[in-house]
Amino acid sequence: MKKVLVLGATSAIAQATVRLLAARGAALYLVGRNAANLDVVAKDAATRGASKVEQQALDLDDFSAHEALVERAAQALGGLDGALIAHGVLGEQKACERSWTETEKVLRTNFLSAASLLTALANRFEAQKAGTLVVISSVAGDRGRQSNYVYGASKGALNVFLQGLRNRLARSGVAVVTVKPGFVDTPMTAHVPKNKLFASPEQVARGILRAADGRKNEVYVPARWALIMFIIRSIPEGIFKKMKL
Amino acid sequence: MTSEHQSWGRFPRVSRQAAHPVVWQTESLPVSSGPLLPHGLGRSYGDSCLNEGGTLLTTPTLDRLLGFDVATGVVRCEAGVSLDTLLRLVVPRGWFLPVTPGTRFVTVGGAIANDVHGKNHHRAGTFGRYVRRFELLRSDGSRRVCSPEEHRDWYEATIGGLGLTGLILWADVQLRPIHNPFVLTETVPLENLDAFFEVSRESEPDHEFTVAWLDGLARGRRLGRGLYYRGNFAPPQLEGLPLRKSHLNRASGLAVPFDLPGFSLNRLSVAAFNWLYYRVNLLKRGARLQHYDPFFYPLDAVQRWNRIYGRRGFFQFQCVVPHATARDALRELLERSAREVPSFLNVLKTFGSVSSPGWLSFPRPGVTLALDFANRGARTLRLIAELDRVTREAGGAVYPAKDAGMSAENFAAYFPQLERFKPYVDPAFSSSFWRRMTSASAVATSPLALGQGTGEGVGVPAAVPL
Ligand SMILES: Cc1cc2nc3c(=O)[nH]c(=O)nc-3n(C[C@H](O)[C@H](O)[C@H](O)COP(=O)(O)OP(=O)(O)OC[C@H]3O[C@@H](n4cnc5c(N)ncnc54)[C@H](O)[C@@H]3O)c2cc1C
Repeated sequence: MKKVLVLGATSAIAQATVRLLAARGAALYLVGRNAANLDVVAKDAATRGASKVEQQALDLDDFSAHEALVERAAQALGGLDGALIAHGVLGEQKACERSWTETEKVLRTNFLSAASLLTALANRFEAQKAGTLVVISSVAGDRGRQSNYVYGASKGALNVFLQGLRNRLARSGVAVVTVKPGFVDTPMTAHVPKNKLFASPEQVARGILRAADGRKNEVYVPARWALIMFIIRSIPEGIFKKMKL
Repeated sequence: MTSEHQSWGRFPRVSRQAAHPVVWQTESLPVSSGPLLPHGLGRSYGDSCLNEGGTLLTTPTLDRLLGFDVATGVVRCEAGVSLDTLLRLVVPRGWFLPVTPGTRFVTVGGAIANDVHGKNHHRAGTFGRYVRRFELLRSDGSRRVCSPEEHRDWYEATIGGLGLTGLILWADVQLRPIHNPFVLTETVPLENLDAFFEVSRESEPDHEFTVAWLDGLARGRRLGRGLYYRGNFAPPQLEGLPLRKSHLNRASGLAVPFDLPGFSLNRLSVAAFNWLYYRVNLLKRGARLQHYDPFFYPLDAVQRWNRIYGRRGFFQFQCVVPHATARDALRELLERSAREVPSFLNVLKTFGSVSSPGWLSFPRPGVTLALDFANRGARTLRLIAELDRVTREAGGAVYPAKDAGMSAENFAAYFPQLERFKPYVDPAFSSSFWRRMTSASAVATSPLALGQGTGEGVGVPAAVPL
């Protein structure tokens, strides 16, 4: 990936990935909601060696802006050969249970906005018969659990969407990479007591680039989550529904 | 949430301390019931980076590089950027830090707040001299860009200001050019303290970097026996210089994985270490070319080396004494410390007369001595109190970044600009150190009564096994 559009560039995982891309001299088009925060991320990328950095502050919940955004990024970088979709919200399960408005917000940001962006990106990449689409999903999409099934559902839907897209784009040589991180130690999880399962954003970023370079399909980062989720998926529903996970 | 953050010496231990990661410059400071204190990488040894009963504003998440002008060597970065990150960026482009402490794992904010010094103080002065501008965020929400031209008083109060004047958001640092990442070094054996003064005098005019390591056990005529290191950045042409491949770089995957039991550092093992260190390094006498990393950061090769002192932690004591009184004072300090379980690392260096803009900056002309001691409770505190007294009588000063035991009265004597500084302290900011140094009842108490004078009513005694 040399000319990369990064959506949600101010998230901790995206920032860490941007740094690695910058160190490789990639050209970057960064999109985030907060203009001032986006600005320091852009400066950081430029200082660390990105060959070009362009930025645009945008609320990605505004789907109508997506087509134009992709077009603008491609123009600014002189083409696109990669995109990283990293924006998303954790939401609050309890609030979602009480209110459809809250639930809808999570589904809109995590699934609908990603699907809308992927539609624009997939058509462009399919036409140019090249490129890599990398999407940050979550292990939470592997199985619905009482503690965060709204977030999980948004990621689960995303996973199926990506599967289909991968299937469609395989013949045009476009890679679609689903990244499923486990727990990540980011400012957003600052309130959660940390244990050995937590990975650093840098660790996850390295995993993301490894998967993108290898044009992988679905990867768990760190890899141990493949085993953990295999076990969790294998628990019979009759038992699972009585568990408190 | 209570935070796990401790200082590098792991003494005193704090139990009720929250942590709030600062992620963006745009954020406002959190509202908290206790006082706030910025915290970098916790490489201060004592309690100046601790805030019992309050909240640490942790800054390693405020870590963006904001610009680097390769032509002028000015780098702008957020305050949580480490010197390690800066070196990785600037060394390949022909620049180096103007001043560096003995570890690369400190933040730019921490380096400013303690106005750190390095092996080139006699030439370059302190880190603060190279800080062109920075932005300060106060708890009232105000933001000030400070430099010698704008808000000069805030600039001078914050350099060496112990994190008390507000949160530094970003800074511009002027680097110094280098031709390559190598240092041409020389090791000179020292027979005793007198030799140190002699070798210093003769070395300083032509060597940018100087420092001496002393054998903590040598006494009597041998007192002050050690090794003197001096060096300069290598010239553009390396041909003909004694470069060995092993000096090119080194992997530092070594780490102390757990606390060593306290008894592993007894008189015998420290004696063995000091003896061995002296012999091994004596063999390296003479000039050689060395990569900057092992030259400036020998201790960084072993991560978390502070654990060798066990769970009870250790004290570092660093003071500076004026040239006029240095010989006698150093003799006394070394003799007293040799009677204790000898210090693992004894470092001696002269400070030059290049002054710092910082009102509370520690370095001043004279000779500085750093010692460390495993924590053995009241006994060690008593020793620190003695060393503090000797320093005061010699007209010197103790380094707050390394302190867990100086008296409040002596602190006021060491830093004559203290009263000028006080109005610049952010009303919402404080530290365990600051309360120990300034609360009314602390003034009269000795370090043995540590903590009883702190405003919170919580302090050290519980942690000191008497
Ligand atoms: C192995 C080793 C060798 C050392 N060698 C030297 C040496 O040669 N010379 C020397 O001078 N020191 C030396 N030190 C001490 C070290 O350089 C200082 O304590 C340094 O300030 C630590 O920086 P830090 O980022 O870890 O900050 P911390 O220890 O976390 O904090 C230090 C101070 O900085 C303040 N601070 C941190 N960030 C900010 C911010 N953004 N805004 C405002 N205030 C802030 C804190 O409140 C605190 O008062 C050494 C330490 C070690 C462990």
